[in-house]
Amino acid sequence: MATATGIHHRSYRAELRLRHTRAEYLRLALMAALLLSLPYNLGVYWLGIANSILIAVIGAVGLNILVGYTGQISLGQGGFLAVGAYTSANLSERGGLPVPLSIAIAVLVTALIGALFGLPALRLKGLYLAIATLASQEIILFVVRRWSWLTEGKGFVEVSRLEVFGWQVSREMFEVQWYWVLLAITTLVVLAARNLMRTALGRAFMAVRDQDIAAAAIGVNLTRSKVTAFAVSSGFVGLAGALTAHYTETVTWERFTLDVSVLYLAMIIVGGIGSIAGSVYGAVFIMLIPTLLTEIAERLTAVAPVLTEQLPAIKNAVFGLAIIVFLLVEPRGLDRIWTRVKDYVRYWPFRY
Amino acid sequence: MVTRAYQHPLNSSAVPVGAPLLEVDSVSLRFGGVVALREVSLSVAQGDIHAVIGPNGAGKSSLLNCISGLYHPQDGAITLHTGEDGRSHALTSLPPHRIARLGVARSFQNIELFHGLTVLENLMLGRHIHMRKNVLASLLWFGPARRQELEQRPLVEEVIDLLALQPYRHKPVGALAYGIQKRVELGRALCIQPSLLLLDEPMAGMNSEEKEDMARYILDVNELAGVSVVLIEHDMAVVMDVSNRVSVLDFGRLIADGTPETVKADPAVVEAYLGAEEH
Repeated sequence: MATATGIHHRSYRAELRLRHTRAEYLRLALMAALLLSLPYNLGVYWLGIANSILIAVIGAVGLNILVGYTGQISLGQGGFLAVGAYTSANLSERGGLPVPLSIAIAVLVTALIGALFGLPALRLKGLYLAIATLASQEIILFVVRRWSWLTEGKGFVEVSRLEVFGWQVSREMFEVQWYWVLLAITTLVVLAARNLMRTALGRAFMAVRDQDIAAAAIGVNLTRSKVTAFAVSSGFVGLAGALTAHYTETVTWERFTLDVSVLYLAMIIVGGIGSIAGSVYGAVFIMLIPTLLTEIAERLTAVAPVLTEQLPAIKNAVFGLAIIVFLLVEPRGLDRIWTRVKDYVRYWPFRY
Repeated sequence: MVTRAYQHPLNSSAVPVGAPLLEVDSVSLRFGGVVALREVSLSVAQGDIHAVIGPNGAGKSSLLNCISGLYHPQDGAITLHTGEDGRSHALTSLPPHRIARLGVARSFQNIELFHGLTVLENLMLGRHIHMRKNVLASLLWFGPARRQELEQRPLVEEVIDLLALQPYRHKPVGALAYGIQKRVELGRALCIQPSLLLLDEPMAGMNSEEKEDMARYILDVNELAGVSVVLIEHDMAVVMDVSNRVSVLDFGRLIADGTPETVKADPAVVEAYLGAEEH
């Protein structure tokens, strides 16, 4: 119960809730209202961007579980996305499995492969682990590029329009219908990640991150925790990959390069390492930057045509600049900035 | 009547008081050419506060690390008796997390708390070995995953009460004062419901007031909760006051073992601490 003197709980159950104050529930309601009204207010172009963001959120949450919560740095994100995408695409197209089933299997397969490539983490830490996961990225990408069976020799996999138990996404309402599907899945994913971090398993991940020796001394099986973290994280990433496959309807290896791994790392750094909400903010921010820059350049094209001509270069520069500024000003990312804003409002007119 | 009587026992050892709980039998530990421990043998009895003292580099922490499985000695045996149907466990070959599951809990010389987490989360991690870790249930916040969070909480709250940590429950441990962090570390070890508690310099770097507090907590843990303690400490006054038995290490060798009085009078101990007397 929130009072003027602070938040006071009357039961352990109440304390374990994700939200405690009226303000928090109000913000949640506003957020929900905004998300539910988007398809009625946005055009197809912007809704398409919203859909890409929703998929990116799933991938970023997955990566944050591994990097932010378990402290195991990974450059293999692109590879794991690829595993999810190729698995689900092939199972549904060539295997004839219903899409929900093919996605579920893709999640499990990616989790398994993630756990496998997580094995070096049992011996390696920090930069050394980063290089080992870089190897996993390159190995997976090499396999999907060269193993022509995966793409039947075409170099890409065509995925038919999403169909779930007889209901098919229509051509006219493509983005809107996908928006509802992705919004539902992403909401569940974010909630699942929040749940994970308030249970014994999630706490064990954080213990491994903060002090692995002390974690072992209180009975945390380091081997098992790290492998589980890789599996759970990769499962989330595999889901993002599989959804990409069905949403974009083509699977090509270019979509899963090292650039993508770095982009996802940028999302969680900008959003907030070790924060589920931060993964969401980061994904939104990083996915919106290029689009917003394009918009701005187009508006200013009459005044400064050089902006449109040099747009790709400007995008890269702004992107890099944003990350440097975040690392310098607020290493704990957008999530921390948002917390500070909330505190400022809450304590106003006092400073703290 | 309202009582503050604690509902949960903190001691999980069923060994009768006075009987041997932990037996270290001629343990030797080498790092390359450096010998950290040389055929050290000692026995910790249930119910004791057993101090291990010695000059810097004598091998005290190495001994503790051997017991808790962080180091594996090349020679010798370490046996933990759990008391239930006379079972005993050889600790030398077990990894640390398996030893923790037998109830051997410890604190560290330099505080090794989980800095990003709150006091409560640190203490709940002390309950780790008593909780199930099912991935699907955790993701769904369903069934045992949720239920056990509620079930484990009363014991954690008793430890919070015992160590007077109530004001810090939801504070991130990284932001707490040094003395409080030491107390949280003791609390985390207690939440395991230890059969044996290993404390590596719990009072290092404290002022005399904080030391008194900590000594009081250790005595409470031992006398009220019945937990056997192995204590490494440099402050002789504290050691002589709180412990029932003292073992003295010097250059990796056990040079004395006995009650505080006999150890204090032992010429070998005096020599190790003050240097040989000139004749």
